[in-house]
Amino acid sequence: MVNPVAGLGGRVGLKGSDGPDVQARARELGAVPRASERASAALAELAARVGAPVVLTAAGPMGEDAARAAGLEPDVRYTPDGSATTAADTVAAARALAPDVDLLLFAGGDGTARDVLDAVGSSVPVLGVPTGVKMHSAVFGVGPRAAGEVAARVATTRAFTEAEVMDLDEDAVRSGRVSARLYGHLLVPDAPVRVQQRKVGSSAADPYAVGGIAAELAGRVGGGRLVLGPGGTTRAIAAALGVDVPVMGVNVLRGGRFVAADVNAAELARIVEADPAGTWIAVTPIGGQGFLLGRGNQQIAPEVLRAVGPDRLLAVATEAKLAALGGRPLLLDTGDPDLDRALAGYRTVITGRGRTARYPVQGA
Amino acid sequence: MSAPANTGPVSTEDARIAPKPALRRFHQARWDEPLLFELGTPGTRGVAVPAPEVPLDDSLPEALRRREAPGLPEMSQLHVLRHYLRLSQENLGVDLNIDVGQGTCTMKYSPKVNDRFVRDHRISELHPLQDESTVQGVLEVMHHLEKMLAEISGMDRVSLQPGAGSAAIYTNIAMIRAYFASRGELEQRDEVITTIFSHPSNAACAKTAGFKVITLYPDKDGYPDIEALKAAVGPRTAALMITNPEDTGIFNSRIAEFVDIVHEAGGLCAYDQANANGILGITRARAAGFDMCHFNLHKTFSTPHACGGPAAGASGVSEKLVPFLPRPTVEFDGTRYHLDDDRPESVGKIRPFYGVVPNLVRAYAWIMSLGAEGLREVAEIAVLNNNYLMKKILEIRGVSAPYAEGKRRIEQVRYSWEELGRDTGVHSEEIGVRAADFGTHYWTSHHPYVVPEPMTLEPTESYSRQDLDEYAAILAEVAREAYEDPETVRTAPHNSTIHQVRHETLDDPKTWAVTWRAYRRKILGQ
Repeated sequence: MVNPVAGLGGRVGLKGSDGPDVQARARELGAVPRASERASAALAELAARVGAPVVLTAAGPMGEDAARAAGLEPDVRYTPDGSATTAADTVAAARALAPDVDLLLFAGGDGTARDVLDAVGSSVPVLGVPTGVKMHSAVFGVGPRAAGEVAARVATTRAFTEAEVMDLDEDAVRSGRVSARLYGHLLVPDAPVRVQQRKVGSSAADPYAVGGIAAELAGRVGGGRLVLGPGGTTRAIAAALGVDVPVMGVNVLRGGRFVAADVNAAELARIVEADPAGTWIAVTPIGGQGFLLGRGNQQIAPEVLRAVGPDRLLAVATEAKLAALGGRPLLLDTGDPDLDRALAGYRTVITGRGRTARYPVQGA
Repeated sequence: MSAPANTGPVSTEDARIAPKPALRRFHQARWDEPLLFELGTPGTRGVAVPAPEVPLDDSLPEALRRREAPGLPEMSQLHVLRHYLRLSQENLGVDLNIDVGQGTCTMKYSPKVNDRFVRDHRISELHPLQDESTVQGVLEVMHHLEKMLAEISGMDRVSLQPGAGSAAIYTNIAMIRAYFASRGELEQRDEVITTIFSHPSNAACAKTAGFKVITLYPDKDGYPDIEALKAAVGPRTAALMITNPEDTGIFNSRIAEFVDIVHEAGGLCAYDQANANGILGITRARAAGFDMCHFNLHKTFSTPHACGGPAAGASGVSEKLVPFLPRPTVEFDGTRYHLDDDRPESVGKIRPFYGVVPNLVRAYAWIMSLGAEGLREVAEIAVLNNNYLMKKILEIRGVSAPYAEGKRRIEQVRYSWEELGRDTGVHSEEIGVRAADFGTHYWTSHHPYVVPEPMTLEPTESYSRQDLDEYAAILAEVAREAYEDPETVRTAPHNSTIHQVRHETLDDPKTWAVTWRAYRRKILGQ
């Protein structure tokens, strides 16, 4: 499934392509759609690896053209009403295709990933062919051909993992402010088996690293309460501690059991209020930007952070995740600049059992 | 596959003689050779051992007698010889190829003459339990080698006992632990600081010795973050264990400041000199203020790697750590050499007896053949070779040298094929394997795996400019193929004994089999 307008805004400097007004402006500025071409490259790669895949798709620029360009004969299952496709078309097409496919391959950016999330949730494995402007979500192949390669693995290896769907607020970015949100998780093929990929890439995919972090956290928290922020790493930590936490949200655990699941800020404040000195907060950097607080985990509000105190605020990350930041600091945006300043500096990040990093943290 | 560049037209008369290709085309032998244990035929003998002249039944203690014959394959000498010659044709070993692709391993030439010394009966027939009066020669070699390594590092004493680099790192952390125990500070000082691109043995050995490990990451410029070090040190700091240059080939020029910061906090500083090949005779561990260091004799000092051992390490220490050295030490009283086992504060033994003596002899011979000036020249050529190769490699499409970009490297570079991988879907490992069709390779020793699509090259001083040109040309060709004909790269190797090795079984403790016994149990289910 191709979002024909994904990426339109990129080359013309519009920081994204969400909404018809921006798309029109992009075309005025001379933007040329590239999504179909890139989707075609991914399909060609897929076909080269698995022979003749059965391709279900949407009509014309929504996938049919890309499939034909790759030399495939697709089965068209959805046709948009008008000539200009919208987010509603993406959702409708995804719903039409999802029940009958092994993998929903979509070409687009973060906005498209959100539409796919809304449409199919985790009912079917998906994989993004990166064609958008913003790709902060962890659901894309590293390039069109790489996406085709990963898609081909689904034919033989049915191993999937949950990956974050992130999106920036485009209006905020255009006005000079970076603001990303975690929207949820999609089911994507697990990282390829070749050595380099397994070691780099998603932290949650490394059970040894995550198991070590979980053991270290358990040792530090003891019988206390553990407020666990959202994210792939923290979810895997919860699993290692024996708790299957919801896909999104902030959860409170104690001794391998739920105290409360998916709490909002008010609920969390009430829980923490009872015994702030016996509470630990563990958060992991979310997305590629290194945000530790204030993106995707706003439920952990400044009042709660102040009550628990900086010493029992624990950052957790695998070594690979920290190294992937390339020396950039972890970021804070709690909404309380004084608190951001108080929490900034070189903080301990738990990377394994008996293993930590000292890593720079600063206000966004 | 397209024709090599210099394959010009040939006249019909000469058409029977194919032109030499621009790049070497390598084809490995394939013998379908079984394992040695599968080759035995009951009753076959390699050597007819004469019967003992006197019955042995009563002279051997009961505990030493076998109840059944050992499960060895029964083979003739010719079959054994043929087996190993065949295996030797099925590999791409250090003496066969331009072996610069095992970065961090310092695969330099091991001079064959040094093996003549080792095979001489005066070395090969020594026994470690001989009385020291009968082994004065080898003790003299060890004593002199210790003095030379002390001079090279600036340390006061050196133990030659560790069996490899990691064993030497472990020796160092064991001495750190003993030092703080002797001062009553061990409970308080339970943290060791290292960097993410120091060799991971430092973190692993510190953990094994019971310490907590704090890792520092590169700053924005790609150097270890000195501000993070300042935040990490304190009354709990036992030691800094750091490699320099790091495994990226980047030299931390503020290393003396790092040492000062740790010393001010009361900690010790251990220098991992596994990457010393580029700094021999140029700078010393002592110059930066380190309390201790280690060398890998099988890397920097030319002794063979021997497929995972036995290697040899050397741990050097300053005066205050001398009491904690492994025992025994080799001492000289002005006339005789002797072994000093009476060292009450020693960390004890790191391995049996005195070290891997053959490798000590090889390293001694290598250093003696070069002299002080020669060692410095080794470093200079190694650094020149590396930076020459880096310039050629960075001209290839799709490759980069992450961290401290634009800066030179010391003796190795950790490159990244991330851009090529994104453009073509071809992975670093596939490039290294495809290089085997051209008679060389690189392998994937890049721990920790944090640089995407890594390739670590370390050309050492052993390779000529022609070698480096050939190696770079091979990588350039494979990169061109990745962009124009990726399938050829992905399906490589095309001319090797085994087509593609599946990693899963090698990575999983449940399936890996490094002995015949393990193979029978895990693979054959016997």
